[in-house]
Amino acid sequence: MSALVIVLTLPLMTALTVLLLPARARVPVVLASSALIVLAAGALVLAVWHGGPVTLAVGGWAPPLGIALRADGLAAALIMMSALVMGAVALAAQFELTPDRVGVRMGFGFWPLMLLLWGALNAVYLSRDLFNLYVGIELLSLAAVALVALSGSAQALAAALRYMIFALAGSLLYLAGVVLAYGAHGTLDIGLLAVRVPAHTDALALALMTAGLLAKTALFPFHVWLPPAHAGAPAPASALLSALVPKASFLILIRLWFEAMPDLASGAALLVLAALGAIAVIWGGVLALVQKRLKLIIAYSTVAQLGYLFFIFPLAGGDGSAQPWAAGAWTGAMFQALSHGLAKAAMFLTAGIYIAAIGSDRLGDLRGLARSLPMTGFAFALAAITLMGLPPSGGFTAKYLLMTSAFAAGQWPWALVLAGGGVLAAAYLYRPIAALFAQGARTPARPIPRVWQAVPLVLAALSILLGLLSAIPFDLLQIGRPAPAQEGL
Amino acid sequence: MSLTVFALTGAALVGLGVYGLLALPHLLRRIMCFNLIGSGLFLFFGAAGARGVAVDAIPQALIITGIVVALSASALAVGLVVALARRTGHAALPDEDRTP
Repeated sequence: MSALVIVLTLPLMTALTVLLLPARARVPVVLASSALIVLAAGALVLAVWHGGPVTLAVGGWAPPLGIALRADGLAAALIMMSALVMGAVALAAQFELTPDRVGVRMGFGFWPLMLLLWGALNAVYLSRDLFNLYVGIELLSLAAVALVALSGSAQALAAALRYMIFALAGSLLYLAGVVLAYGAHGTLDIGLLAVRVPAHTDALALALMTAGLLAKTALFPFHVWLPPAHAGAPAPASALLSALVPKASFLILIRLWFEAMPDLASGAALLVLAALGAIAVIWGGVLALVQKRLKLIIAYSTVAQLGYLFFIFPLAGGDGSAQPWAAGAWTGAMFQALSHGLAKAAMFLTAGIYIAAIGSDRLGDLRGLARSLPMTGFAFALAAITLMGLPPSGGFTAKYLLMTSAFAAGQWPWALVLAGGGVLAAAYLYRPIAALFAQGARTPARPIPRVWQAVPLVLAALSILLGLLSAIPFDLLQIGRPAPAQEGL
Repeated sequence: MSLTVFALTGAALVGLGVYGLLALPHLLRRIMCFNLIGSGLFLFFGAAGARGVAVDAIPQALIITGIVVALSASALAVGLVVALARRTGHAALPDEDRTP
């Protein structure tokens, strides 16, 4: 209970505190606070693990008047993953975003924005009320847009505005759906909506909310804002934008389709969502193949990796939710969300190290850097193993679960896309790895502190560990799962 | 009857806003359009929430919250547009070459 309150309030309180602190005290306070939040996230996971979902009615008001917060296994797992990524990003940013390296504005602005983003993420993970989710996702978008614009260059400002147009349009679509749902049922609580009397506006409400959330999740064809946003943002901000921000809107989609309105999940609608995901896997992979900058390769890889998440809809949603393979598909998609978060954050942090070391992230300039920065090269290779879905990584567990479910359900096209996406990932990640491990460095690297180099290595190792210890997260994700969990596969 | 008028006005505002978003490249106008759509939705919300005889307080509370959120978003957007206009001299998004 108290852990749940801490992960919600401490990031927001620290964000406000940082604004008042002198420059010297800023980083230590953020790091201390981050450590506390990571501990609280761990305590929350333990509480859910031992005692089932943790629920809190804010101010003692029960729904429909009040707002319910609930940490089920999925929320706890996402909170833990986000806490680890945020902690790692804070550790890397204290080296990378010093005022003398990137200017006073970025050196100051990054910290409160990072914490606001963290608070918004946790609020979205825990909320059980559609309007509360709207406020959370809006706070998340505003913090993310500001992070994109942080450098203040014309290119970054244009990218931030483009992102903002997508994010605002998405918010308004979502809000329109919320208004329709309230007009029909007089409640916005997910638990109460699940037992509603169906109304004829429900399908439109769900469609509007879904369209808005797809724009925020950067699913094809709404992905066009994502790569330019990464190009201008500092690497720690990129790590947050790719690893965490899309996961929040994806979680709301899960809450809507599996918990609030599962009766509306028709086969055709689920097929459309998964087909968009399949196109994203291929299209993102192809575009990642032709990029010349490391950050853009990683950004387009995000477009592709987010596509896998949407295979959850036909494999575990609608009529399939009672089938024996549903638990495997559902957990596979969540494994993908978790391992992609860890591995993608690790990759962007390694890109930040290379940019700090040689001042560029062009593939040609990265030649031979594995020799002078071996830890970083190793971290990049480990993260790549997860993204390609090779054993024993978390990405392998995710793709294995999704693939076996696809075959069990007789929906083999998704398995083909999974295999093709893996091949594409291997191809587009081979280019930076080949450059890094090539003979003969082209550019001399500035020395990088060992602690900074260790941060992405730890994150990448965690994404591998997720696959090695997959039984524990598998069971955690089943706690409080909406459909009857079956160990069919 | 009067509720229908409110709801229809809200719908009309949303329509105006969507037209503006699609037709007007100037970023300040786009921000205005987002606010139009938001206001239209809130108006519709107020009308849709007023069901039965008793006044439902929840839509009002949510609308106030929504207005605060919309104001914050608009403030950030205007700040970004001003900064972009100072850098480039244009308050419209550069049509960048989409080919990778």
